[in-house]
Amino acid sequence: MSPTINPRRLRAGLLVAAACGSCTAFAADLRTPDSFSGIADRAERSRALFAEAGKVIRSPRCLNCHPVGERPTQGADMHPHSPLVVRGADDKGAIGMRCTTCHQSANFESSSVPGHPLWHVAPKSMAWQQRSLGQICAQLKDTRRNGGKTMAQIHEHMASDSLVGWAWVPGGTREPAPGTQAQFGALIAAWIETGAACPR
Amino acid sequence: MPVSLNVNGQTREVDADPATPLLWVIREDLGLTGTKYGCGIAQCGACTVQVDGETLRSCSAPVSAVAGRKVVTIEGVSSRAARAVQKAWVDLDVVQCGYCQSGQIMSAATLLEKKPRPTDDDIDHAMAGNICRCATYHRIRAAIHAAAKQLA
Repeated sequence: MSPTINPRRLRAGLLVAAACGSCTAFAADLRTPDSFSGIADRAERSRALFAEAGKVIRSPRCLNCHPVGERPTQGADMHPHSPLVVRGADDKGAIGMRCTTCHQSANFESSSVPGHPLWHVAPKSMAWQQRSLGQICAQLKDTRRNGGKTMAQIHEHMASDSLVGWAWVPGGTREPAPGTQAQFGALIAAWIETGAACPR
Repeated sequence: MPVSLNVNGQTREVDADPATPLLWVIREDLGLTGTKYGCGIAQCGACTVQVDGETLRSCSAPVSAVAGRKVVTIEGVSSRAARAVQKAWVDLDVVQCGYCQSGQIMSAATLLEKKPRPTDDDIDHAMAGNICRCATYHRIRAAIHAAAKQLA
């Protein structure tokens, strides 16, 4: 997978770089796996790759729907979802107040309510909020907590799942997750190839 | 462009942009003004209708999303649960200003259609998105329990 550059992000990044002088990376972009080749130790390189991917994992676009407990959060500040909603028995809302009560199959510009055909919160075992990147990493590799996924399936989920992909096209005034899903997928692939070491 | 809808059991044809909020079509094109506009951003619940038996905030769904699906508005809701809700609403004199009540009744009826004996938590979770500026929440909850007793 070759990384793609978003011209709008590139322009914004150049402005930031020009303003801060010593900045070497754009806050909203992702490094490529190749840029970590200077780290000789394989496990250290793997940890560094996951930390880079963690910029996406810890984005509010991802964390908001990986809540601890019953209620998702929303917004860049991750405030409790309004109106009050709960995950329900199937992670798709309560009886009479399903996710689809408000979230349709696509972002709806008129009301700025986001949407996707598979809208739901992650299962409780996949909660990411209030957890360190190392804890999230260990959780991702634990088949008892990752939905029984192999590492190949974890990569598939990160790189290709269309609901994950919503994080880069969130609509309204929402800030997309850093980089692109392809860049994120490449980082996850490289992390797995280097032994899937977890940040300490 | 022409859009075909099934509303309250009838097929209706309207000429609307597919991105038009369903609420606008219901009120302006079909003249069914029982469904209310409150906030326009799915925060208040006044515009609640049923689509294929589930609640939907009609202000936040494009009319194209309901093509081929069954839409029920407050004018057409008539299930056994809905009739029990409407009777309980009258018996307990739930309504104060009334603006939110069509949305409240649509949500309450949907809850009881799916869970005829709801707990307080079930009611809280199902009704959390329906705001009442007169704060009639205690009467709403009592009426839902009363309707549930009618259904037992």
